[in-house]
Amino acid sequence: MATLTLEVQRKLGTAVERMPAFPQSVQRILELTRDINCLPKDLVMVIEKDPVMTMKILRVINSAYYGLPSKITSVSQSVVYLGLNTIKNLALSIAAVGMLPRFNTSGFDIQRYLLHSLTTATVARLLGSKFAKGPVDPGDAYIAGLLHDFGKAVYAQFMAAEFAKALAISQDNGIALHQAELEVIGADHALVGSMLATKWQFPEHLVACIRDHHNADAEPTPLMDCVRAADQICRKLAFGDSGNAWREDEEIVAPARFGSYDAAIAALGDLEKIVSDAQMFAQV
Amino acid sequence: MKVRFWGVRGSIASPGPRTVRYGGNTTCIEVRTDDNTLIVLDGGTGIFQLSQTLFKEMPLTSHVFITHTHWDHIQGLPFFIPIFVPGNTVRIHGAYDIVSGAGIEQVMNVQLQYSYFPVREAELKARIEYETLTVGEPFAVGDATVTSVMLNHPVIDLGYRVDCNGKSVFFTGDHEPWYNIYDPADAEYAEYQRIVEEKENAVVAAIRGVDVLIADSSYTVGEYPAKKGWGHGTFDSTIALGKRAGAKKVICTHHEPTRFDDDLERVFNEALERNPRGAGDPEVMLSHEGLEIEI
Repeated sequence: MATLTLEVQRKLGTAVERMPAFPQSVQRILELTRDINCLPKDLVMVIEKDPVMTMKILRVINSAYYGLPSKITSVSQSVVYLGLNTIKNLALSIAAVGMLPRFNTSGFDIQRYLLHSLTTATVARLLGSKFAKGPVDPGDAYIAGLLHDFGKAVYAQFMAAEFAKALAISQDNGIALHQAELEVIGADHALVGSMLATKWQFPEHLVACIRDHHNADAEPTPLMDCVRAADQICRKLAFGDSGNAWREDEEIVAPARFGSYDAAIAALGDLEKIVSDAQMFAQV
Repeated sequence: MKVRFWGVRGSIASPGPRTVRYGGNTTCIEVRTDDNTLIVLDGGTGIFQLSQTLFKEMPLTSHVFITHTHWDHIQGLPFFIPIFVPGNTVRIHGAYDIVSGAGIEQVMNVQLQYSYFPVREAELKARIEYETLTVGEPFAVGDATVTSVMLNHPVIDLGYRVDCNGKSVFFTGDHEPWYNIYDPADAEYAEYQRIVEEKENAVVAAIRGVDVLIADSSYTVGEYPAKKGWGHGTFDSTIALGKRAGAKKVICTHHEPTRFDDDLERVFNEALERNPRGAGDPEVMLSHEGLEIEI
């Protein structure tokens, strides 16, 4: 596996501390929390739609002091365990860091990335509950879908020049973005995402899913099947933009689990609604 | 083991003729273990009266456990006399505050500021030690063990169970039973309910079989809907918790500052009528300043 230089590792390790959340969640959080009677579920909805907020909240919650029985992997869980007001104040402190700019110097469209992440999250959750009920926790599938490409957001924000180069190579040569990242940076976004997830003490199965979602040699798990298929479906149907365009020669994942690719899509029901819900939030 | 109440009021101290029977000080509970180790649960205004009784034992070590850092549970700490007397040790235990990113060591410092108090923390004469607890990890204190569990309040709140030679007491600090934030029609309802029940079961297991359960019973069931989410329980939720956990005795505390003695007795008796004591159910009583329970 590719390795990052120590310096880059350090840089990325502290990156997320300084990483601002998405503009619409920051605005919504400020708006909602101005009203002392805001609905708890509205607050949860905003937080769990923002990969940065979600990551940051889960990271602090899984710190050792709270001796939680198992790692917390959902925003709802964090509300039950730590209380709504604590989560609200955590969200406010994240909002205070500022907002992610829509455009960064890498040229990566962060709003369309958010739309891709949100739709992948929703589709992964649906696939999990329809094709892997039992082995896949729907909440885990959502989080894994939401965060599978988080490494790209970090690259765009903190290694913009290198990432721009990788995006260009991927586009010009018709190769997958993670391969271009390997070439330019020495590590792909999946590895970076998993490194961060490890640092924040995410459970191992989530770390592995983020790390291996592009690794053809990795032993597939039901969770990974769902996330990979969701990622492919969202790219093929052009829901948002992950920076990695769908290629016709791309191999479809896990046909055994989903019957066929079309069957998987058919099982999702109203795709329009998935996209419009996500769009409403991502404001694309 | 002995338990003595020095403060039973919630929110703000409420002295006066109409609270004289139950008392007006905010939360402070003294626990004496079998070998007379002093454990103090919360440092509300009641801790000042407690500290008046400690001179004859000095120099002494006090083990203070803070359930949470809202004012009514910490505002007596700067008046806890042992902190001013050389030779004493005051060990203060509490939770890690995830929002400020600080441990319990900030609990004195935030109060002992020039604008608000004449003595700086550096000028305290006793040895002050802080212990930020790992939730759920049993913590040895003298011949007792204190175990914490995270409860539900607008700030991190730890309930404490003190076990000593087979006897036990549990104090919730402030706690509101969990409720589902979704409507039954919402897709997320069932999953949230599962998490709530998992958490409830863990808390009941932590309280299981306790000799004395002392719990936040701020509201009546009638008052509760208007105060949902404020982080407090009702008389009825406390009684239900005591029954479910198989507690032997249940003590309702954290009385509302506006609930005068006669009213407190009236609403408490109404709760008892709604929740008649069955076979094996715990005895239920109200806390009052000076109440002493020998376990």
